[in-house]
Amino acid sequence: MRKMAFFPVLILISAFALALPAWSADTIKIGFNIPLTGDIPKVGEASKYAAEIRLAEINGAGGLKVGDKAYNLEFVYEDNESKAESATATALKLIIQNQVLAIIGPQSSKQAIPAGEICNANKTPMISPWSTNPKTTENRPYVFRACFLDPFQGPVIAKFASEEFGAKKAAVLYDIASDYPKGLAEFFKEAFEKVNGPGSVVAFETFTTKDKDFSAQLTKITKSGADVLFTPQYYDEVPLIVKQARELGWKGPILGSDSWGSAELMNLCGDACKGLFFSTHYAAAGAKGATKEFIEKYQAKYGYVPDDVAALTWDAINLLCQAIQNTGGLSGNIAKDRDAVKDKLTEVKDFDGITGKMTFSPGGNPTKCAVIVKISDKGEFEFFKSVCP
Amino acid sequence: MFLESFLQNLLNALQWGSFYALIALGYTMVYGVLLLINFAHGDIFMVGAYIGFFIATLLLGQYAGSSPSLSPVLVFAITVVVTMVLTSGVGVAIERIAYRPLRRKGASRLYVVITALMCGLILENGNLALLGASRRNFPEMLSKTAYNIGGINFTNVKIMVIMTTIAVFILLETIVRKTRLGMAMRAISYDRMAVPLMGIPVDTVIVFTFILGSSMAALAGVLFATAYPVLEPYMGALVGWKAFIAAVLGGIGEIRGAFVGGFLLGFIEIFVAALFPSTLRDLIAFSILLVFLSIKPTGIFGVSRATKI
Repeated sequence: MRKMAFFPVLILISAFALALPAWSADTIKIGFNIPLTGDIPKVGEASKYAAEIRLAEINGAGGLKVGDKAYNLEFVYEDNESKAESATATALKLIIQNQVLAIIGPQSSKQAIPAGEICNANKTPMISPWSTNPKTTENRPYVFRACFLDPFQGPVIAKFASEEFGAKKAAVLYDIASDYPKGLAEFFKEAFEKVNGPGSVVAFETFTTKDKDFSAQLTKITKSGADVLFTPQYYDEVPLIVKQARELGWKGPILGSDSWGSAELMNLCGDACKGLFFSTHYAAAGAKGATKEFIEKYQAKYGYVPDDVAALTWDAINLLCQAIQNTGGLSGNIAKDRDAVKDKLTEVKDFDGITGKMTFSPGGNPTKCAVIVKISDKGEFEFFKSVCP
Repeated sequence: MFLESFLQNLLNALQWGSFYALIALGYTMVYGVLLLINFAHGDIFMVGAYIGFFIATLLLGQYAGSSPSLSPVLVFAITVVVTMVLTSGVGVAIERIAYRPLRRKGASRLYVVITALMCGLILENGNLALLGASRRNFPEMLSKTAYNIGGINFTNVKIMVIMTTIAVFILLETIVRKTRLGMAMRAISYDRMAVPLMGIPVDTVIVFTFILGSSMAALAGVLFATAYPVLEPYMGALVGWKAFIAAVLGGIGEIRGAFVGGFLLGFIEIFVAALFPSTLRDLIAFSILLVFLSIKPTGIFGVSRATKI
C-alpha cells in the first residue's frame, strides 16, 4: 500500500515542479485574465486575437528591447469564465504559478474589481483594458486601466441624450447583479437629474443576470412617458431588450454604453439595433492612421472588424511594453521588476494609443476622450461625435 | 391607464408562464410515472432550441447547397415537428443510457436523480465543447408583427405561444385521460409493482412518457428561441429550475398542476416586477411560493400519498 501511494505523490510533486519554472532570463511572461467562455466569450476571443497579432509582431521583430537586451514575449491566456470568483483564482494562478511579470485583464468590471484586489495584494501590475468602473483602480497602486471611467461616461451619455434628443425624462433598465451596469446606471441618473432636475429619471428599472424576459420592466418604462431609454448592458442582453421594447410599443431612442460595442452585437440584433447610439472608446468605421492599420491587420487575419475590447487590449499591451522598456533593464528578480513596471506605468505621458491619447496619473486612470457611435443602416459602428473631458 | 398596464402585464405573464408550463410538463410526467425528478429536462429544452436553430438555418438555406425556398410558415412548422422528433430521440437516449440500467439494477432513486443532474451537465458542457460559447441568433422565421389594440401591445408570436400552450394542455389531458397508453401511465404511477403483473409493458410506457416530455421541451425550446432569439448553452439551467418549481407548486405528477403552476409562477414574477421595484422580484416571488408551499406542501393539485413499504 505504501508503494502505491508513493507514485501519485511523486507525480504530483513533479507536476508542481514543472508548473513552476524559474524566472527565465530571456523571456518576459505576461498573463491574460480573459473570459474565453461564459457570458461574453466574444470579448475573450477579441482580446486573445489582438494579443496574438501583437505578440507575433514583437517576437517577429526580434523581441522587446529593454535596456540593451532583447526579450521574447510569452503570453499566458487563462479563462476566467466571465465569473468574479474565477477571475480571482485565475489572477492568483497567473501570479504564483505562472510567475508572470504583469497581467492584462479582466475585461469587465465584475471580474476586474475582485481580480484587482488580488493583483494589488500580490504586488503585480494589472492593466484592465475595458473595465470602466472606478472601484477597479481605487486605492490600488498596482492596478491600471486603458479606458475612461464610468463617472465620465455617464455624464457624456446624459448630456448627449439631453442635447441630441432634447430629452427631459429618461428611463433606465440595467442588471443590478453586475457592477458595471449598476455603476453606470447610477452615474447616468445622477448626471441626467443634474441637467433636467430631480425626478427626471422617471423609470429606474432592474433585472438580474441571465434574465431573458424584461416585459414587466419595459411595460413600466413604456408607460412612464420617458423620452429616452438608457440600457448599459452587454451584447447578449441588448438584442433581447431592444426587440422586446419595440414589441411593447417603445418608440423613443435607445442609448447604450461601451459594453454594446462588440462585433457580435449586430449578428445577434440585426435590424432592430440600427440607428441606435452608444458611447464607446473608438469607432471602427472611418478610422485613420495606426487605428486603421490595426483594423486592417485584424480583419485580414480573423475576418471581422475588431471591436473596442480588441483595440483597448492592443493599447494595454503597448502601454505595458512601453513601461517595461522605460525601466531601462530588468533585474531578473520578479518582485523588483513588477515594482519597477508599476512605477513606470504611472509616469506614462501622452501615450499615442489607437483609442486616443492617454496620460496617466498615480491613480491608475488615463485621461482620454469618449466617442459617440451611431449604428448605421449597414450595421457598422459609425463615428458620430467625440466628447473630451 | 392602470387597466392598460394590467392587461399588458397579463399578456406578458401569459407568455412567460407558457414556457414554464411547457417545461414543467416534462418534469411532472416523468415524475408521475417513475417518481424520478429528471433534472436533465431543462437542458433537453436547451438541446431542443439548438436543434431547432440548426434545422431552421438549414431550411432557410443559410448553408450552401440547400436552398429550397419554402414559405416561412411552412419552414416554421417543419422546424417544430422535426425538432420535436429529434429531441425526443435525445430524451429517450438519455433514458436508455443513463436511467434504465440503474432501474434494472434496482438502484435507489437518489442515485438516479444524481445521474439526471450529471446528464444535464454533460448536455450543457458537451454543447459548450462542441459549438463553443458564442451566442447564436435564432433566425426569424415568422415575421413578427406588432399589434396595438387600445394601448395594449402584442405580437403574433406572443399570441401563438399562449395558444400553443393551451392546445398542448388539452392534447395531453386527452392522452392521459382517454387513451390506453395514458391509462397505463396512470396505472404505473398508481402501483409500479402490480402493473407489470397485469402484462403492461412498463418500458414502453416509460419511453412513451419520455417522448412526450422531451417533445414538449423541444416545442418550448423553439417557441422560446422565437420569442427570445439569443441562444446559449446555459439557457436551460435557470428556466429549467424555475419550471421545476412550477411543477412542484402545481403538485408534481399532475398535468393540470404543471400548467397552473407554470402560469402562476409567470404571473407572480411579472406582477411583482410590475408593482414593486423590480429589484425585489425574485425575493417577493419566491417568498410567496415558500408561504404557499408551507401551507399546502403537496402543491395545488397534489395529493399526499402514503409511502408503500
